[in-house]
Amino acid sequence: MSLVLLRRRAVDVIAFLFASGATLFGLFWLFWILWTTFKRGLGAINVALFTQMTPPPGSAGGLLNAFYGSAVMILLAVVIGAPLGVAAGTYLAEHGRYSRLAKVVSFLNDVLLSAPSIVIGLFVYEIVVRTSGHFSGYAGAVALAMILLPIVVRTSDEALRLVPDQMREAAFALGIPRWRVTAQILYKAALTAILTGVLLGVARIAGETAPLLFTALNNQFWSGSLSGPLANVPVVIFQYAMSPYDEWHALAWAGALVLTLFVLGLNIAVRMIAKRTSK
Amino acid sequence: MIELMEPQTRAAQHLDAPPKIEVRDLDFFYGKSQALKNVALDVPSHAVTAIIGPSGCGKSTLLRTLNRIYEIYPDQRAEGEILIDGQDVLDRRFPLSDLRRRVGMVFQKPTPFATSIRNNVAFALSYYERLSKSEMAERVEDALRQAALWDEVKDKLGASALSLSGGQQQRLCIARTLAVKPDVILLDEPTSALDPISTARIEELIHELRDQFTIVIVTHNMQQAARVSQRTAFFHLGELIEVGDTAQIFTNPRVQRTQDYITGRYG
Repeated sequence: MSLVLLRRRAVDVIAFLFASGATLFGLFWLFWILWTTFKRGLGAINVALFTQMTPPPGSAGGLLNAFYGSAVMILLAVVIGAPLGVAAGTYLAEHGRYSRLAKVVSFLNDVLLSAPSIVIGLFVYEIVVRTSGHFSGYAGAVALAMILLPIVVRTSDEALRLVPDQMREAAFALGIPRWRVTAQILYKAALTAILTGVLLGVARIAGETAPLLFTALNNQFWSGSLSGPLANVPVVIFQYAMSPYDEWHALAWAGALVLTLFVLGLNIAVRMIAKRTSK
Repeated sequence: MIELMEPQTRAAQHLDAPPKIEVRDLDFFYGKSQALKNVALDVPSHAVTAIIGPSGCGKSTLLRTLNRIYEIYPDQRAEGEILIDGQDVLDRRFPLSDLRRRVGMVFQKPTPFATSIRNNVAFALSYYERLSKSEMAERVEDALRQAALWDEVKDKLGASALSLSGGQQQRLCIARTLAVKPDVILLDEPTSALDPISTARIEELIHELRDQFTIVIVTHNMQQAARVSQRTAFFHLGELIEVGDTAQIFTNPRVQRTQDYITGRYG
């Protein structure tokens, strides 16, 4: 074997070891976190978790009110954020594709995308909580929607750009006006990618704690109303994990596990949708 | 250069009629670069006109001006006149949807929409005409028959258009174009992404459609141009070098550059 070949092989081996080492390093922490969550959380999962309210210190209970609050706020956030996001993404990819304004909007969207969620929480605190005078589920949903929005804008913009120009040309060549081409041809072609974006956005906001601390706060009791403080999983986990009580710790672990499984399930669902359509 | 008698062609009768499309002083720009220079071309009705020439000669560009599809892109612009039945369609006042309804286009790659076979054909139709369900079904069938696709899809009109083979998809695109009853059909290298058998079927189809429509086809394949067209226009570097009856262009080109191209000296 020549020297050059030997050197190339050595470089190859080193690069391989380095790359796989880095991968294992990342996976190690991920699995450790998952392992701990499962070990500590699994024992606390029982019927009461889904049927009882968050308990006072020292007694047993569940997280029903928190699950409900999170579900309602996430749902409302999707109802507010997803249509707005898809509409803005459509503007960026279709109507404003060549305009300067769209480039500015796109840049600002990226800024919003990477804005710390606590800043968004404080912002909504200022404009909703302070003006209305109290914490509320609505404020929480608005904060979550503001985190979801830039994700949906970005993914639907990208999803529409992935639709080949030939498809647009073919539709325009039939003399169909732009709004109809967008609504009936492009959305159909980009549907799964847009849906994927929304689901990934949901996975993201499901675990957001900081924006809810300033908006929905928390509620130890059952509340079906969005106009008052509302219990939610992330803030309950935060409070209970910080507390000195064993029962609360167990509930925090259980909540963390359910949340993790929810996000995991969403990600798997996204994969499956993407796989089904790529066939 | 030798003047030769124009050979008689089957389409000669059509060529005497006033041209369907008259291109006058056409310049085309992609941003600052000019892709067509002072093109003047008559396209006879009820005949197939082939546009040939090496890559980048402007042949697709010419096709894309005929239905103003280039207007999607803000940095592209055409100057000059394109008269269809005597009306200048490059005039901004000429309504785009009228133009595109009369001038259909089929692209290089099949572009079925991500919906059913039926909806692909019905899509544009439902925009232009208010039709009852049965009328719509009839028109869809007519278009699919015209495009020689009906027998292959009649039992699965609800199936996704993406499940068809490439050749079938291309015929579906032709059916979709025919459904709105255009006068002119533009074909932009319609078989370059297809296998030989699918190509032969499309060429047969072009033969059948010739009597009812004015067809302009851009092709890289000179045998194809010779097989399907009655008129041929040769472009080079954005200029129309020579146009004539297909038989004449391929047997007795008047210009040396045409001769060089068809004999494979460049391209």
